[in-house]
Amino acid sequence: MPSDPEDDYIPWIQQFCELFGHDYFVPVAQEFIEDDFNLTGLSSQVPYYREALYTILDYQVETAEDHPDEKAILNGSHSNNNTKTELPNKALLARSAELLYGLIHARYIISKPGLTAMASKFERNEFGSCPRYFCDGMHLIPVGSTDMAGQETVRLYCPCCNDIYIPSSSRYLNIDGAFFGTTFPGLLVKMFPEIENQCRIRINKFNQNDFGLKLFGFKINELSASGPRMKWLKMHPKSSEEKDEYNNCEYSIPLDEVSTGDESDMDDNGEDLDDDDKTMASE
Amino acid sequence: MATEEYVTDSSSDFTEYWIDLFLGIKGNEYFCDVDDEYIRDRFNLTGLNQEVSKLPTLIDIITDLVDIESQPEEHRDTLEHNARILYGLIHARYILTSRGLNKMFEKYRNGDFGYCPRVHCQLHPLLPIGLNDQPRLNSVKLYCAKCEDLFNPKSARHSVIDGAYFGTSFPAMFFQNFPQVIPIHSKETYVPKVFGFKLHEYSKLNRWRELQRIKLEKRLVKNGVQISNVVGGFVTDPVEDHPQELEQSASRQ
Repeated sequence: MPSDPEDDYIPWIQQFCELFGHDYFVPVAQEFIEDDFNLTGLSSQVPYYREALYTILDYQVETAEDHPDEKAILNGSHSNNNTKTELPNKALLARSAELLYGLIHARYIISKPGLTAMASKFERNEFGSCPRYFCDGMHLIPVGSTDMAGQETVRLYCPCCNDIYIPSSSRYLNIDGAFFGTTFPGLLVKMFPEIENQCRIRINKFNQNDFGLKLFGFKINELSASGPRMKWLKMHPKSSEEKDEYNNCEYSIPLDEVSTGDESDMDDNGEDLDDDDKTMASE
Repeated sequence: MATEEYVTDSSSDFTEYWIDLFLGIKGNEYFCDVDDEYIRDRFNLTGLNQEVSKLPTLIDIITDLVDIESQPEEHRDTLEHNARILYGLIHARYILTSRGLNKMFEKYRNGDFGYCPRVHCQLHPLLPIGLNDQPRLNSVKLYCAKCEDLFNPKSARHSVIDGAYFGTSFPAMFFQNFPQVIPIHSKETYVPKVFGFKLHEYSKLNRWRELQRIKLEKRLVKNGVQISNVVGGFVTDPVEDHPQELEQSASRQ
């Protein structure tokens, strides 16, 4: 017993990251956790904070199971010498440690070394590809819809279509979104401009063909209930008028233009009709 | 003893239907079964002899008039392969008929084609669609009626199926036939935030897209089309009638 466990001793963090379904996590650097500044405010969010922190850092932690008689004495003597806080049991402590690690992880991945580590995971496509056909397999970025633990599971952000998706494998459906945080994808995209370049290439590639349902080659009119109603969702400004209009959206939606823009509406309809004619002729 | 034999006989007969075997193959969950009568009607197969050779033999194989084992061994593999292509192409035509649409409706309701992975679509069921009606060009894609977008199938088994086996017209025909399942579209969008602040260029693009939607809504209303909380329309909260105010209140938070 003296030497063997030392040899195959695996640090808690490594163990955690190797667990099934935990492949979105990066190992947080020991120094980052040891710096108390990085942990500001976490002690109020995590039960048994100190014990959980020691567990993560692989220090000796006393659990209730280690001192069965002491606990009995404490209970019996009506906690006379209860200066020492109550000891957690192992299961509770394991949960606390995971929660604490997750919350530290969310902070670590928006620090420089964390961003770099996550960027190489992104590069290796470890978070999966965007399921949208027109995104052409763009790599995804994990994101939480809230920074509060225990609210929502992790989502995946596609920088190309600027939308969030549910992970394709059910193994990620019990991972807390707060362990990645709301800030991470925005920061990653801004820190690594290469990502935006990749997106631009894809957007330009598919911007020319705008998809819409067709019946025997004919488009469906937008006035029909089954007509195209969601094109705006993935649209990019193409024509010069659209680009001007886009520039007017700098700070707010120019709503007053919409009401006066009746003539341009007519133009739009006219264009649609022209398109239909073209498809009829080509079909 | 005699009854026992009879039972085993009938059960083996049952499993040997070509179509049932085909539908049982892993990865073929998107297909529905095509009626024998539909396949035997030569009118429905017009033009398909250009896509596969030995059309009559293939029809006999699919409808179990000829056992594939009775064919010369060296041809069996190609025959089986072509039979599957032929079945797929007939399937694309069949699912546009009323009977086919009803069968696909059942599968849609069961979620056999999977659900939209987009968070704001809230697991809306998908429909298979081809990008081309000619075979061997593109694999099958999945169409979500809620966000009107195309998705790649989740499983690798499904992403090798030819899109022509479902055709470009299927979802459009489906919603012409079942207008009651056209969803109410969600206006929700996602903008990446850093420390609670929206990223400007994404926000700007989002505003422009919202403007496009408002224009569309105005156009529809002008033409007397109902759009708030109706089929094919948009989910509307009382607050959302003033998107600018909403935007401002959101940015204040």
